[in-house]
Amino acid sequence: MSKDAIAKIMEKYAGGERDSLIPLLQEIQDVEGYLSRKQVEEIGKLLKLPTGKIYGVATFYNQFRFKPQGRYHVQVCRGTACHVKGSAAVLDAIEKDLNIKSGETDRKGDFSLEVVACIGACGLAPVISVNGEFHAGVIPKDIPRILNGYRDTEVQNEQNR
Amino acid sequence: MFKIEVNNRIIEAEAGETILSTLKRANIHVPTLCHMEGLLPTGACRLCVVEVEGMNGLIPSCSYPVREGLKIYTNSPRAVRARKTIIELLLANHPDDCLYCVRNKSCQLQDLAEEYGVRERRLSAEKNEYTIDQTSPSIVRDQAKCILCGKCVRVCEEIQNIGAIDFAGRGSKTVISTAFNENLNVSSCINCGQCILVCPTGALREKSYLKEVRDALSDPEKHVVVQHAPSISVTIAEEFGAKSGIDVDGMLVTAFRQIGFDRVFDTSFSADLTIMEEASELVHRITTGGKLPMMTSCSPGWIKYIEQSYPEMTDHLSTCKSPQQMLGAVIKSYYAEKHNIKPENIYSVSVMPCVAKKFEIQRPGMGENNIFDVDAVISTREAARLIKMYGIDFKNLPSGASDTPFGERTTAGKLFGGSGGVMEAALRTAYFMITGKEMESLKVEAVRGQEGIKEAKITIGKLEASVAVVNGIGNAEKLLEQIKGGRDDLAFIEVMTCPGGCIAGGGQPLNTDKDKIKSRLGALYKIDQTENVRVSHKNKDIKRLYDEYLGEPLGEKSHHLLHTHYMKREVLK
Ligand code: SF4
Ligand code: SF4
Ligand code: SF4
Ligand code: FES
Repeated sequence: MSKDAIAKIMEKYAGGERDSLIPLLQEIQDVEGYLSRKQVEEIGKLLKLPTGKIYGVATFYNQFRFKPQGRYHVQVCRGTACHVKGSAAVLDAIEKDLNIKSGETDRKGDFSLEVVACIGACGLAPVISVNGEFHAGVIPKDIPRILNGYRDTEVQNEQNR
Repeated sequence: MFKIEVNNRIIEAEAGETILSTLKRANIHVPTLCHMEGLLPTGACRLCVVEVEGMNGLIPSCSYPVREGLKIYTNSPRAVRARKTIIELLLANHPDDCLYCVRNKSCQLQDLAEEYGVRERRLSAEKNEYTIDQTSPSIVRDQAKCILCGKCVRVCEEIQNIGAIDFAGRGSKTVISTAFNENLNVSSCINCGQCILVCPTGALREKSYLKEVRDALSDPEKHVVVQHAPSISVTIAEEFGAKSGIDVDGMLVTAFRQIGFDRVFDTSFSADLTIMEEASELVHRITTGGKLPMMTSCSPGWIKYIEQSYPEMTDHLSTCKSPQQMLGAVIKSYYAEKHNIKPENIYSVSVMPCVAKKFEIQRPGMGENNIFDVDAVISTREAARLIKMYGIDFKNLPSGASDTPFGERTTAGKLFGGSGGVMEAALRTAYFMITGKEMESLKVEAVRGQEGIKEAKITIGKLEASVAVVNGIGNAEKLLEQIKGGRDDLAFIEVMTCPGGCIAGGGQPLNTDKDKIKSRLGALYKIDQTENVRVSHKNKDIKRLYDEYLGEPLGEKSHHLLHTHYMKREVLK
């Protein structure tokens, strides 16, 4: 199904110029969840751009990712309210714990990390969301507990499989 | 033409040009870091700012058009202060590595710091820290020394049409990166090294094999031989401070002998050998209905390009190995047998204008049973370093001659060093092979010169052949697309990866520019004009090589030693 959707998007942008790049990348990521190498190469052929250029443009923006999201997708809000309440330290703690940077997915595909502008839950600042589940008023010390919770669930899921 | 005033002096300006061009013509120096001759200005570095009377801010001279009546101050206190601050900012996160840096004493950043009297670190930021990318056989990338001038990106994309690298990320995290931040060896980089030539700092450099060469030289077990490419003798003198376009062939041979190489050979000899094989192949293809147009195969960047971008067209490529590989192959077979030396004891070095040659020696089929045709490739720049390292007084060397059994070379072989040279040399010999006579005028004017694509119609006996010369890989796509689209009048195409040919290769002296390319080429043509043996098929040592060992061109032994094959390559383009 997603293959058809991708083909449709690509068709829509056929013959496009360089300024179609960003909207095209956005639509592809909406369907696939990330920008695969294969797809970036196809986009390069479509718009006659080197893949290095596409990668360069895409990395200019925070929103694009180049690996599929993990089973648990962690979003850290870096909106003003969260920032004021110390979200930088929270992000730091998560990066250390998961050993990945924003935009990356860990090796096993368990966790991925994304920095988002504002989740719109400023009252809960600093806030993080894991697969849409909000954790409010987070401080760095909370991070291992929160993440281990998901790790435990994952172990259980695996045993049940 | 109109007049403007610069530093209280009146100079002539031309409508449509930039302030910088006007200043250059008048020999007024303004420093630049991102400016590239012939390309649109990006205004990225702002080092070229000048003060213009009546204007508020400082004006980047590289991108601002001159107008009549301008009053310019290139060294006003404000302009100088601005430049110094830019330099200090560039240095703020720069590693203080000059002592250990390959560009020590040839670095534009260092020069600028010196010129502007930067004596302390006033501004300080976190030092750049990146892993050095050493994965490519040809190029080392050290991001920590990158000042993000963007020249490498532009040369790669706008001149070479490869686009292997680009800016990635943003703000203080901006870097030059390959697609998906992969290592360079698996990217679409074709190893041409043109980016090294334009890089103002030590961020890009060749992968050096000087240590391996020195180790071999001091190993008594090893018989160390060296070959030098046709273009080296007309460029290396620049590394010793001479002006461009001076041929130092004989001195170069002596320098290598003094360093301790057991034999000194000239790749121009095997360029003649390449011509014998390649012209035979061309004649064979024409007369037997083989794949045409045939395309030259001596430029390894071009080979990688066609393998990754047009794999369906590799059967157009001549199967001939390059002159470097051919000489390597006959050194470890014919020469080894003749002198009773075990091939595994020979250490074969080549001095090349090209960093892609470092990639070429690692290609499959370039040797057998773990004995490689060539063991190490060093660039012109590295060769000069080697000569200096051995304390040789280059300027006062007597002349020497290449060693037997590959002692003779023709000027046709020498012509390989410039764009159009392989074509010219091949035509001379193909003409002889087909008609039994020499061409009336050996000079083929139409394939000389600096245009991107040069075409010519040649009459060889009853045969009318159209040929094309691609000068710089950036021009190849156009011609390849024409051929894919059905164009069928061409018989033979020469492609050189670097604009200008080997004399402007990625391993040549830095600061290679249009004028230098011209005078280096001039030196090659002068050799061709003044010497007597100008066609490869008259090279006596080549004749002997065929008589004593190879048999005939395209024969079994030649096929085995001197020819190769190509493959499809998957890279992210
Ligand atoms: S790049 Fe230039 S300034 Fe930087 S360490 Fe090397 S020589 Fe010094
Ligand atoms: S070596 Fe050539 S192809 Fe490779 S990055 Fe440099 S300019 Fe581009
Ligand atoms: S690698 Fe060199 S040429 Fe490329 S942006 Fe950095 S400093 Fe400029
Ligand atoms: S040289 Fe003019 S802005 Fe860089």
